Amino acid sequence: MAESVNDSDAESRISFGDYVVLKRGDVFKSVQVENKKKVIFEKQWFFLDNAVGQLFGTRFEIGAGGSLKLKAAKHSGDSLDSKEAGQDNRHILDDGKSQKLTRDDIETLKEQGLKGQHLYSIVNVFVYFSHLRYDTLAQILTLGNIHAGSKILVFETCAGLVLGSVMERMGGFGSVIQMYPGGGPTRAGMESFGFPSHFHETLHEFPLCKVNALLAGTLDLSEKDADGNRRSESSQETSGVSEERSSEPQSMEVSVDQQEEMRRVERERLREQKAQEKKVKMEEKRKKLASAAALLEGRNADGLVIASRFHPCPVLMGLLKFIAPSRPFVVYCQYREPLIECYTKLREQGGAISLRLTDSWLRHYQVLPNRTHPVLLMSGGGGYLLSGTTVAADSAKTRNQHKSEEHVAKRLKLDEISSA
Amino acid sequence: MSFVEYSEIIQEGDVVIIFQGHESMMPIKVQSGAQTQTRYGAIRHSSDLIGQRFGSKVTCSKGGWVYVLHPTPELWTVNLPHRTQILYTTDIANITLMLELKPGSVVCESGTGSGSLSHSILRTIAPTGHLHTVEFHAQRAEKAMQEFKEHKVSHLVTVRNQDVCKDGFGITGIADAVFLDIPSPWEAITHAKSAIKRKGGRICSFSPCIEQVQRTCEALLDHGFEEICTLEVLLRVHDVRTVTLPLPDFGPEEDSTDSCQLASDLSQDEVPNTGNSSVICRTATPPREMAGHTGYLTFATKPRD
Repeated sequence: MAESVNDSDAESRISFGDYVVLKRGDVFKSVQVENKKKVIFEKQWFFLDNAVGQLFGTRFEIGAGGSLKLKAAKHSGDSLDSKEAGQDNRHILDDGKSQKLTRDDIETLKEQGLKGQHLYSIVNVFVYFSHLRYDTLAQILTLGNIHAGSKILVFETCAGLVLGSVMERMGGFGSVIQMYPGGGPTRAGMESFGFPSHFHETLHEFPLCKVNALLAGTLDLSEKDADGNRRSESSQETSGVSEERSSEPQSMEVSVDQQEEMRRVERERLREQKAQEKKVKMEEKRKKLASAAALLEGRNADGLVIASRFHPCPVLMGLLKFIAPSRPFVVYCQYREPLIECYTKLREQGGAISLRLTDSWLRHYQVLPNRTHPVLLMSGGGGYLLSGTTVAADSAKTRNQHKSEEHVAKRLKLDEISSA
Repeated sequence: MSFVEYSEIIQEGDVVIIFQGHESMMPIKVQSGAQTQTRYGAIRHSSDLIGQRFGSKVTCSKGGWVYVLHPTPELWTVNLPHRTQILYTTDIANITLMLELKPGSVVCESGTGSGSLSHSILRTIAPTGHLHTVEFHAQRAEKAMQEFKEHKVSHLVTVRNQDVCKDGFGITGIADAVFLDIPSPWEAITHAKSAIKRKGGRICSFSPCIEQVQRTCEALLDHGFEEICTLEVLLRVHDVRTVTLPLPDFGPEEDSTDSCQLASDLSQDEVPNTGNSSVICRTATPPREMAGHTGYLTFATKPRD
């Protein structure tokens, strides 16, 4: 029998900067451990400084002045628990307590500013912020066959929570391309997963507004300066000259004129510095766009996940073009009708099989001796999923073979009137 | 091809899924010189499959055609040969998420059964994780080993033919998660606990009957597990279809203020050549009966020792 390997306790100790989940009874809160930073949880203020260096899972009680003290004996119920579950300090837990997130709690969260550091347990966040219930998310990840080593396209407006879940299932292998509308991708939710830095190298982004150009082959990825002109040598000369000037005012006694000169030169230097920084940023942005475009160009992505407030139909039809044949796609929508449109469009156009429109029901149970019964039924509110598999695109003529089969199956049903 | 990694071109020895139509699929093993019969005719492996792209259309000897798909655990679940009752994708998806499985996870499972969940686990924990699966039925254990080999995943899994309640999983202190789908899970809790890492981990037990759930929850509590919760999840499939609803005839319109205009207002999608006009609606109806109960899922956390 294989014996257990000694756990390296060093990696299980709390450090500054870690994201931890505080637990008291069955209320949870995710916070970041910061030096001398006041944390509020369950209507109490305290500092997490004394938790640093302790093992995850240690129980503390709150002492005078808000400092944490180790709690000696095991005590269920009222004691404050600092707990880690999973290697990335994030705890997915079904506590079924989504109703506990009251309006006041949500207002408090908003006041604190949602930056990914002040999320309640992932379950509750899904319920409130994105209407995406965790059982629906579970289906998305599995139906999408999300796994290490694949190339996945994600389009979501769930504050990065879907993105983070996808990245977690990829384990840092393969690549994820986040398509985004507007200015830039939102990733606050993803940040709270606390991924190691090499995971971020697998993450790319691509703006929706450049999709058509990419598909048409007209996407411009050449190097340009801030004015949109091709880069030239002249800007480098200017910065050289101003540096010389700035070294001039060295003398101890400075006249008014010299002070003016110093200020002017300083302004010039700052302007140059800003222009330089902007250039570096633009080059970085260009490189990122080019690398994402390179991944998309082959039109051989392994999967597509859509979970957004945008109408799913055009998003789906547009992004499916980047997916290889015989690969799964999953579209989440809070409402059913837009997915019915997607279904219809895909049937007309072809290129997809095994289309299924589903939603899931979730029921919790209280299990106690002589007191076992269902507790909570979550249905409908979890949103809907449309899933399918891509196939090589085919012509209208050959598609009719399978289409007529579907109608035969449907006519067998009793009280239905379907169109010919 | 493997169940944990996509490939583009079909090769000799691959397992592929032939899609013949809605809910009509079958797995086949690609062999040079072999033939497979479908409802549309025969498929010749050497000419029709080997070297073709996954997802392409294959024309069969009678002229009809099918699609050939890359296998996935989800496709395998609906097409695998049943040796036992199996777990379906809906439950599998929730188990995967709630056990926090991901690449690198070490998982213990018993019983292996027909390998439905096993394939899903392997897909999720690859390439750096490992699955220790225990099956007490010798033939099923053997069959499972064979399939894992054919599906190119045997490097990620160890199958043990033993009784998990008596002999455990064959390892201790290295699992991130344990899954039990056996008649008496409460008898395996001690072994499950010792299989899990010192720093803690997750456990899930699947049972069709509530009495089993009660005994399991008691055992979990006795062994110091925390955050015990039981739930069940059901999938509802919506049937997307087009329906034609006839419009009422209120008689010829005489006075515009009094008579019912409603009928003519609706008639944008009129069906021509019918005595009465109709409206075509594209809608989705839930099935008359929801999917049946599969089992209860009980989750718990083993805290740090």
